[in-house]
Amino acid sequence: MTMTAPLDTAAAGTIRLGPGPDDRPPAHITVRGLHKQFNGTVIYENFDLDIPRGKFVSVFGPNGCGKSTLINLISGLIPIDSGDVRFDGKTLAQTRIGYVFQNYREALFPWMTAFENIVYALLLRKVPKAEAEEKVHKLVAHLGVKIDLSLFPYMMSGGQQQLVSIMRALVIEPEVLFLDEPFSALDYEMTLFMREQLQRIFEETGTTMVLVSHDLEEAVYLADYVLLLTRRPGRIASYPRVDIPRPRNDATLANKDFVLLKADCLEIFQREVRRG
Amino acid sequence: MTKTSDRYLPLIGVAGLILFWYIGYWVRIVDPVLLPPPHAAAKALWEGMAGGKLYADFAVTTLRTFAAIGIAAVIAIPLGIVLGANERLYRSVEFIIDFFRSTPASAMFPLFLVIFGVGDRTKIFVAAFGAALVILFNVSYGVMNARKTRILAAKIMGASNWRIMKDVVLMESLPQTFVGLRNGISLALVIVVVAEMFIGSVNGIGNRVFTAQQMFEMPDMYAAIFAAGALGYGLNIVFLMIEKSFVHWSGK
Repeated sequence: MTMTAPLDTAAAGTIRLGPGPDDRPPAHITVRGLHKQFNGTVIYENFDLDIPRGKFVSVFGPNGCGKSTLINLISGLIPIDSGDVRFDGKTLAQTRIGYVFQNYREALFPWMTAFENIVYALLLRKVPKAEAEEKVHKLVAHLGVKIDLSLFPYMMSGGQQQLVSIMRALVIEPEVLFLDEPFSALDYEMTLFMREQLQRIFEETGTTMVLVSHDLEEAVYLADYVLLLTRRPGRIASYPRVDIPRPRNDATLANKDFVLLKADCLEIFQREVRRG
Repeated sequence: MTKTSDRYLPLIGVAGLILFWYIGYWVRIVDPVLLPPPHAAAKALWEGMAGGKLYADFAVTTLRTFAAIGIAAVIAIPLGIVLGANERLYRSVEFIIDFFRSTPASAMFPLFLVIFGVGDRTKIFVAAFGAALVILFNVSYGVMNARKTRILAAKIMGASNWRIMKDVVLMESLPQTFVGLRNGISLALVIVVVAEMFIGSVNGIGNRVFTAQQMFEMPDMYAAIFAAGALGYGLNIVFLMIEKSFVHWSGK
């Protein structure tokens, strides 16, 4: 039961081009025929992708392959050249999404307290103030967050600020949560702590999450599926399932399946790196 | 352990300057009529400010400076926001702004004299003109340099362009706006004092310095100079304090 899905690590030339993961669960986000180029460089060309509902997908790949660009295109932060992105068949405009930026210092509003930052996300959605504050209190209680939210962001540690960012993204009850290397600006101790927090939040909310990571261990540890990308123009190198029970913990890191899958991913990754 | 005593370090320079002044006075470096002893200047300053004529001049100069910065702010802040929000618009007037920002405002006196005549208006308007360009420049750059990530964060949370402008870009530009206001008021004070010296003035600190010098009332002249210095220094501190409470996040 904990067998990881077999990866195509056979020949260096074989690359799977199917949009979905190996076991094809129902898709939440469907990307079809995505095209994007920057100043003549093709980043994505006729790119197809399925992101399964209620699952955690980690995006991993060589530097500059467009990991972050991919979620920025899907979430509409960067306009696509052509193609179709649907959330349950709906357009982006009809969908509530949350986004957590890598640089929490520049993503939170320093003129608002942490609490006001989170409330603001609801006020933008025309939720009355009293109701919005009530919702934030509920979220805080639900997540068991123990930080003083009356502080301004710059008074908090990096981890606390990023937690506030995540709460700001979560409070609107998004259908999908995108996270762009959310822990890469944190020290190792804080990164480990935040990983646990994020895993707990995922288990409790069941929100479809898409995480971009530059840390393979983190990518595999958190994910239900690891989306491995090729060099530019980006294609799916592999999309394996991480069939390891949750909640995962330190023991997971030594779990045989985990280690094997990580090694497989690393091999594909290195093959892609060498290709360039 | 030197932390509390370090607070008094600036006093060393002050004491040194006074000592140096006394030595200069005792050894007669210059005619004592031109360089009176520090205590004579201090006495003139005290008497002048405690209900004397110097206080009235100090008040007039303060008023003119505030009038100038007020006019400058009312015109330059909204204009700076508009220009900053439309970068191509800013680029098209950038040369004019930079040119007149680099032009000594005192060179504009004759022009303003012709237009507004001799009187308060000319002094205030020239100072406002100089300060407005400094504020305009800073506000525009504050708006243009608003952090892209914060704008994107608001956008992805569903903020309209208007909300992004009002809630994010405006707040983002505030620290730079205060820098502009602080630089602007320093410049306004300089221009007002210079204007008071020359263009048909009957009052103000600049006029007091000039008149005292003409009458060889040297302690009064030094007193007026120190009053002007105190005004400039005080204005800067007041603006820094407003800035600190208003844009508490600046530089953090």
